[in-house]
Amino acid sequence: MITFLSKKSVEIAVTLLGITLISFFIIHLAPGKPTDILTELNPKITPEAREMLEKYYGLDKPIIVQYGLWIKRILKLDFGNSFSTDRRPVMDKIMERIPITLTINAISMVIIFIIAVPIGISSAVRRYSLYDRITTVFVFIGFSVPAFWLALLLMLLFGIHLDILPISGIKSLNYENFSTMDKAADLIKHLILPIFVSSFGGLAGISRYMRSSMLEVVRQDYITTARAKGLSESKIIYGHALRNALLPIITLLGLSVPGLIGGSVIFEQIFGIPGMGQLFYMSVMTRDYPLIMGILTIGAFLTLIGNLLADIGYAVADPRIRRQV
Amino acid sequence: MTGAIIVCSLFFVSILSPFLSPYDPSEIDRYNILSPPDGKHLLGTDDLGRDVLSRMIHGSSISLAVGLVSVGIATVMGIVFGSIAGYYRGLIDVTIMRFVDIMLSIPTFFLILAVIAFLEPGIWNIMIVIGLTSWMGVARLVRAEFLSLKNREFVLASKSIGSSDFRIIVKHMLPNSLAPVIVSAVLGVAAAVLVESSLSFLGIGVQPPTPSWGNILTLGKDNIEIAWWLSVFPGLAILITVLGYNLLGEGLRDALDPRLWEE
Repeated sequence: MITFLSKKSVEIAVTLLGITLISFFIIHLAPGKPTDILTELNPKITPEAREMLEKYYGLDKPIIVQYGLWIKRILKLDFGNSFSTDRRPVMDKIMERIPITLTINAISMVIIFIIAVPIGISSAVRRYSLYDRITTVFVFIGFSVPAFWLALLLMLLFGIHLDILPISGIKSLNYENFSTMDKAADLIKHLILPIFVSSFGGLAGISRYMRSSMLEVVRQDYITTARAKGLSESKIIYGHALRNALLPIITLLGLSVPGLIGGSVIFEQIFGIPGMGQLFYMSVMTRDYPLIMGILTIGAFLTLIGNLLADIGYAVADPRIRRQV
Repeated sequence: MTGAIIVCSLFFVSILSPFLSPYDPSEIDRYNILSPPDGKHLLGTDDLGRDVLSRMIHGSSISLAVGLVSVGIATVMGIVFGSIAGYYRGLIDVTIMRFVDIMLSIPTFFLILAVIAFLEPGIWNIMIVIGLTSWMGVARLVRAEFLSLKNREFVLASKSIGSSDFRIIVKHMLPNSLAPVIVSAVLGVAAAVLVESSLSFLGIGVQPPTPSWGNILTLGKDNIEIAWWLSVFPGLAILITVLGYNLLGEGLRDALDPRLWEE
């Protein structure tokens, strides 16, 4: 297990380095500089003053030097200060917004897993039944629904027509005056729609994969053996088939992390949730290089942690892999 | 089958969009601003009094073009990288596949957002960026196919009569590994249409006044309390389009995969 973990951490470090290199180059090679935002708004700025600004931010050096300097600071976990008017450290800005994004994504993952796996199993067991056909239709629609449209429809229905759920933010205006219980209820009310939207697409995908993975396993010889022994159907499915069918799903959950994190831009923007996605949108709009790089790096890091957790989960679930590592 | 019908009718609508749409998509009807669906404007009008149905019909060609071009870019890149990695193996394979892993670990939507915001948002940049960030799956598929084909008799035979690597790859191995690539390309169009509409919805995709389903939905969000039709219809169009490509892709997968025939 220790060799496995150390091998994995080296891999993660290399991948992370690659990610930052790619992101850094893409962002810096793109036309437009962050100083444009400062200078465009000020028609009186002289070329000398602009040069001074660029020098101040180190933008006049060759890009590879800039990357080297950036990496050196990152090793000390210093992502620099934001270019925006508040000049706060990037790390602080990200850290105060990560919890809400992570909470929503983690709850969505749990919901996806709890609901999608039983749906997948039951439709695989009753293949081609009416139930299976109906879930298949829903799965295809779930795959194809644009998340932001779903969000709009839910806002229309629950926020405006029925007027029972808030459509923006995570707290009511008079939140501070609530009792603890009311505060919790208020938070939950604000989070219902965002969590529903962020888990909807994944629900469809994972239940579909669960179904096909289950069908694949049921065809194996050891299931035929179990049947031949005269085991009950439920013992065959839950005792023998389930664990094997779950293995690919674990990997898949790990792989769905980047999609969830990327998707948070959309639903945080729609629902006005002050999370990492919204921060990223704002940083991109203002060309705030240090903040963009910081969020890309941390987003990639979270993704890799997700994959690592999936690998560990895989090893825990599968004795064959456990013995190898 | 349903998928093929939907996709064909979409092609039909976007090619004939100038003839099908009842109004010019940027024509302003000053007397009917934000009017709900009625006989004059079947799907209502937006905040400038433009006909929503006409804008949606014209928007269909935009989403079709973005889907096809970006998937074209992704497929070509995926085939090139995948076949080089799968054919030559060794160091170049390791390097390419590591690069693929790295690209897969970056939350793609973040990357697209970052690049688009630095370039001028516009339809060509969107196509290119979506293409450049979605080739990795194809590369993996092609590589896997190549690994299984590499030692097959017809490949070895061609090698033994002295064919060039290029000829072996293009003439013998690629045609035999296209089935999964076609399926993934069709499913890729669905994904690209979704990404384009999300970007346009966020205001960094197709820029108004050019109509796109995504940017009509932005107006829907801004006027959500007074104009439900702006939120409902364009989204429905996206849903049907993406559903069509997904169904077509799944259908092709079943048709092209001999392992599924026996059942």
